[in-house]
Amino acid sequence: MVKRTIIETLDLTKIYGMGEISVHALDGVSLEIKEGEFVGIMGPSGSGKSTLMHILGCLSKPTNGTYILDGEDISNLDKFDLAIIRNKKIGFIFQSYNLLPRTTAIRNVILPLMYDRESKMDIFDMEDKAIELLELVGLGDRLDHQPQELSGGQQQRVAVARALINDPVLIIADEPTGNLDSRSGNDLMNILHGLHENGATIVMVTHDPETAKNTERTIHLLDGKIDKIHENGHIKFAEIVGA
Amino acid sequence: MKASEIIRISWEAIMKNKVRSLLTMLGIIIGVAAVIIMVAISSGTEASIEENITSLGSNLVYVSQAFSMGGVQGMRGGQNTAGEQGGLVYDDASAIEELGNIAGVVVEQTTSLNVSTGSVMVTGTTVVGSTADFPSVRDMEIDKGRYFTDLDVDNDNIYVVLGSSLAKELYGEEDPIGQDITVGSARMTVIGVFAEKGLVGDVDYDSRLYTPITVVLNYLTDNPYARFMGDRVRMIYVELENPELMDETILQIELLLAKRHDVTLDEPDFTITTQQDIISTQEATTAAFRNLLSWVAGVSLIVGGIGIMNIMLVSVTERTHEIGIRQAVGATPGDIRWQFLTEALLLSLIGGVLGVIVGVGGSYIFESVSDMRTLVIPSSILLAFCSAAIIGAFFGFYPANKAAELDPIDALRYE
Repeated sequence: MVKRTIIETLDLTKIYGMGEISVHALDGVSLEIKEGEFVGIMGPSGSGKSTLMHILGCLSKPTNGTYILDGEDISNLDKFDLAIIRNKKIGFIFQSYNLLPRTTAIRNVILPLMYDRESKMDIFDMEDKAIELLELVGLGDRLDHQPQELSGGQQQRVAVARALINDPVLIIADEPTGNLDSRSGNDLMNILHGLHENGATIVMVTHDPETAKNTERTIHLLDGKIDKIHENGHIKFAEIVGA
Repeated sequence: MKASEIIRISWEAIMKNKVRSLLTMLGIIIGVAAVIIMVAISSGTEASIEENITSLGSNLVYVSQAFSMGGVQGMRGGQNTAGEQGGLVYDDASAIEELGNIAGVVVEQTTSLNVSTGSVMVTGTTVVGSTADFPSVRDMEIDKGRYFTDLDVDNDNIYVVLGSSLAKELYGEEDPIGQDITVGSARMTVIGVFAEKGLVGDVDYDSRLYTPITVVLNYLTDNPYARFMGDRVRMIYVELENPELMDETILQIELLLAKRHDVTLDEPDFTITTQQDIISTQEATTAAFRNLLSWVAGVSLIVGGIGIMNIMLVSVTERTHEIGIRQAVGATPGDIRWQFLTEALLLSLIGGVLGVIVGVGGSYIFESVSDMRTLVIPSSILLAFCSAAIIGAFFGFYPANKAAELDPIDALRYE
């Protein structure tokens, strides 16, 4: 069975500024990511990996080029439609967690559902689903804790639960272990691998080669172009757990 | 996002910063309270003017000496100097009584004298000389004894009727009927006491002393020329039978007096005023007062709105990161706009509710500490409340729009 293509980009270009001082943050990036892949994006700072992540995450639009996400050309959508795409198809995990302050874990997790205009779920269904996901990431006993009452690792796991609640076709993780100690970082990677085992498509941006090794395929960016693609081969969940 | 959820978020945002929210609302609170208090004062004033005027007697027409002829002296009553011409005299009243559609005619001449019972003296008492119809035309009731009759007037019987507070001052608990009293230098007999009337249009009817007009003209006017002047009176009150014929009756009175005084209607030596004229004058005064206060209230509502806009702008800046998070998980510009608009609206509506409470409470307090009457009008509460909502929506729009137009990436990076 042929796996469907989740991400297909053709000649993505992003130019900041105009004229003499314009910067080509992305300069013709073409890539394809299939369903169920775990892909890393690496590169030194200024290589354009953040810019690529923002475009893949529908937070910004390419200056030129085409981006097809889950079969839909989204390169020319407006702010409103991009918000709908983010809401339905993408789950974000950020380096700095980005949870709403003074808001309980459960409320943070259901936030994406609140913005789903087609959802038929009532608040109780939403909370049930959020509880399920928080239990999955091992926070079943922290449902009503607010971010400031949680450790960094716990906050990041709340963020993972939030990223999953809308059943996204694509999970984008931006340096997810960047703010975590190695133990919490490992825990988080285990969670990501668990998701991957269950068929999730994950794109992870990182500057850490060790973390990048945990992915199936690593795309190296340099000066806004794809420098090289490194196939890590199929990684086994069990290896990571043992690590 | 559901409206209920947006309201919940906005409510929480407001409650997280209680003091700031309250200060933000202050302008709206003051504006709304000002609207309510202002309407309460002006409707209270209108109501008391109306009551005053009805309690002065219905269907009244006032005939007085014209300022241009009698001047201030003329208004003060028959103490004109001899050289001046014109003015109303006692016989004018009898002549008016002969006309049609007249229910009663009362003349009034006042003077100020010391009144003494021998043991108690009240200085500067207003002595009102009048005729037998006075109580019915002026809506006054006799409490004890009787009022003087036409016969008393014609015979210039030196009888007096006392206002209620004057009676109490002079005689205390004693029954004044039949007692002797010295008014100025004349000795008179008390034959009645009026029931309490209270203040009517700034005139205290209860502290006055009433005698037949003939007594005032013959005994109490110390002006040596009084007799020569021909029994001048300050004012003639005419009560009409049918108020619908008022215009015709007024014309008849004008023609009659013009003929009697030998003046033309273009340059009369008298003025005829109706109650409607007085009401209109008073209403014009209250309307001017109300207009002024409307401006004050309007300006403070606008200032309140600017306050809300100001704080909402601060709030948008402070919560830029939060906005970024919401955008990342799928909030559309519309969702963000609604969230902040709702917050502004909620702020101004809570301000509106507090303003209504302050306004209604303030109206009652105002009434109890001042002698002005207030009347809280329900529609003014609605008006104030709606203006608060409109102000909130209007001044909330710009900050909300600013929030909605934030770029998700910039917003997420903002710390």
